[in-house]
Amino acid sequence: MFISSQDSPAAFKGFTLVMPAVAVGNVGQLAVDLIVSTLNMSRVGYFHTDCLIPMAGNNPYASSKADAEELHTPAEVYTAAELKLAVLQIRAPIIQTRSRKFRQQLKSWIKASGFSRTVVLSSSHAYQRDDQQLQGISLRYLMTPSMLAASADALKELGWREMERIPAFPGVDADAEPRLCIPGGGITKGLYTDSCAEDLPLAVLLLFCSEGDNIPDAFALVNHLNDWLHLLDGQSEQPNSKWKIPTSWSLLFGSGIPPALF
Amino acid sequence: MATFFGEVLSVYSRAVEEDDEELEENEEDEQIRRELEEKRTVHLHWNPEISELLRAGNKVQCSSFILAVGHNAASFLSAYILASANWDVVGRAVAWNEMSRSGTGPSGEGSACVFYRHKDEPAALICHVTCHIAEDQLFQWTEKVFGYLQTRGLTVTVLSDSSVADYKTADYLCSSSAPFLRSLCSSAFSDQPVCQSLEQPNIITGLPAAVLNHCQVHSIAAAVYQCYSDVTGPDSITMDKYKPVLTKLGRSIQVYSSQSTDVLCKFVRSSEIQSNLYI
Repeated sequence: MFISSQDSPAAFKGFTLVMPAVAVGNVGQLAVDLIVSTLNMSRVGYFHTDCLIPMAGNNPYASSKADAEELHTPAEVYTAAELKLAVLQIRAPIIQTRSRKFRQQLKSWIKASGFSRTVVLSSSHAYQRDDQQLQGISLRYLMTPSMLAASADALKELGWREMERIPAFPGVDADAEPRLCIPGGGITKGLYTDSCAEDLPLAVLLLFCSEGDNIPDAFALVNHLNDWLHLLDGQSEQPNSKWKIPTSWSLLFGSGIPPALF
Repeated sequence: MATFFGEVLSVYSRAVEEDDEELEENEEDEQIRRELEEKRTVHLHWNPEISELLRAGNKVQCSSFILAVGHNAASFLSAYILASANWDVVGRAVAWNEMSRSGTGPSGEGSACVFYRHKDEPAALICHVTCHIAEDQLFQWTEKVFGYLQTRGLTVTVLSDSSVADYKTADYLCSSSAPFLRSLCSSAFSDQPVCQSLEQPNIITGLPAAVLNHCQVHSIAAAVYQCYSDVTGPDSITMDKYKPVLTKLGRSIQVYSSQSTDVLCKFVRSSEIQSNLYI
């Protein structure tokens, strides 16, 4: 359930919603962190739900001591009004038995808020790709019919690759209908198929990756998104340098090393 | 996972399963799932006086709600506040899960979640949590407990403990620095916390996080004091670290410090007896 953190209710009419799916390597969540931190977006509310494991911490995007002490919760909504952009960040795993309920809550919030389109940033296990998926770049997209109708021109220009449907029983039953498979993608597939059925304009951008240091994957995904939405303008030699890494990304591999070791 | 040498390690993975949409559930599976879900519901049992109050549509009047989560925090509270014998047990929360011991029943001694109220100052409420509350029950527990409380003018203080291994810092933590206290406050908390704020990228989880989330979202003043300790069992040095919090609590409730050392020793000894490592 969305709860506004401001006195006036948040207005999302006509906004583009970007949200992560909690998936392999947390790539979508890291990419969203880059967007919020770089665009200096402001928090407008919380997505308060029993489907996420509770956690709390101080400001993950703190830039100075002054704004470091500000409480943040597992799921929060940020906006950049001038870009007509809203972002939902999810910081905790979804309780497994409640993933269907969580999808339902998300969909009803998306519908009630009047977002013009939704973009889900996700990832999938690199080791489960089939032969055709192994070739070329590791970024894929999926669009619901209503989203496809609105973005056909942009898509042609971008030259992106659609996520391949793979045969259900490779080599056994050649006539079987190939199906969409996003291993390790969490709620991605459910959210996409539901949105197709309910005619919601939704796009999925996903990346094949493995668990580990997923920071380069997050940059790849957010740059890919930027090619389409133009959140940050200006072509630079190093596309990664235009994004601002949040302070919460420090110590990803644990605490400092004991000096007595050396 | 077993390593080359045969020791078994628990491996934490960030990989996420894909929802299995095609999974056809038969009626029996669904019924089992439903019954399990029902069994995991959190129940609150209040004493007759409070039950009466709640039945009349009122809420429990409360200006200071103190939660102690974990053995160190709970023992500290027992020694410094509850030992004064000015406290009545007014209720308990029961949450059945995989960690609950079968046979001991809902009021199993040793691990429980008990509510106490001060005899002279009924607006002070304490919740003493030494049982495990599962991840899927945390939200429900918080919603239910706060559903019974009058939240206007309420200040929530949570004492909790954690292992120093869960604390991240760029500097190497030498053994002399633990235990230490860190705080995390909701936006509505206007007072000054008694210790340093928890630094990023550290986070808190579990019941303290669930309570703090609820308070943040519903604009209730709340502060969590988390003590990072390098001792696994309850120990008196770790408990001592909560002492500065007493100055804050002392404004709303009477703090009882005489004899507290004896009580502390009792708690520590009881855990030592269980260890037969160096007999």
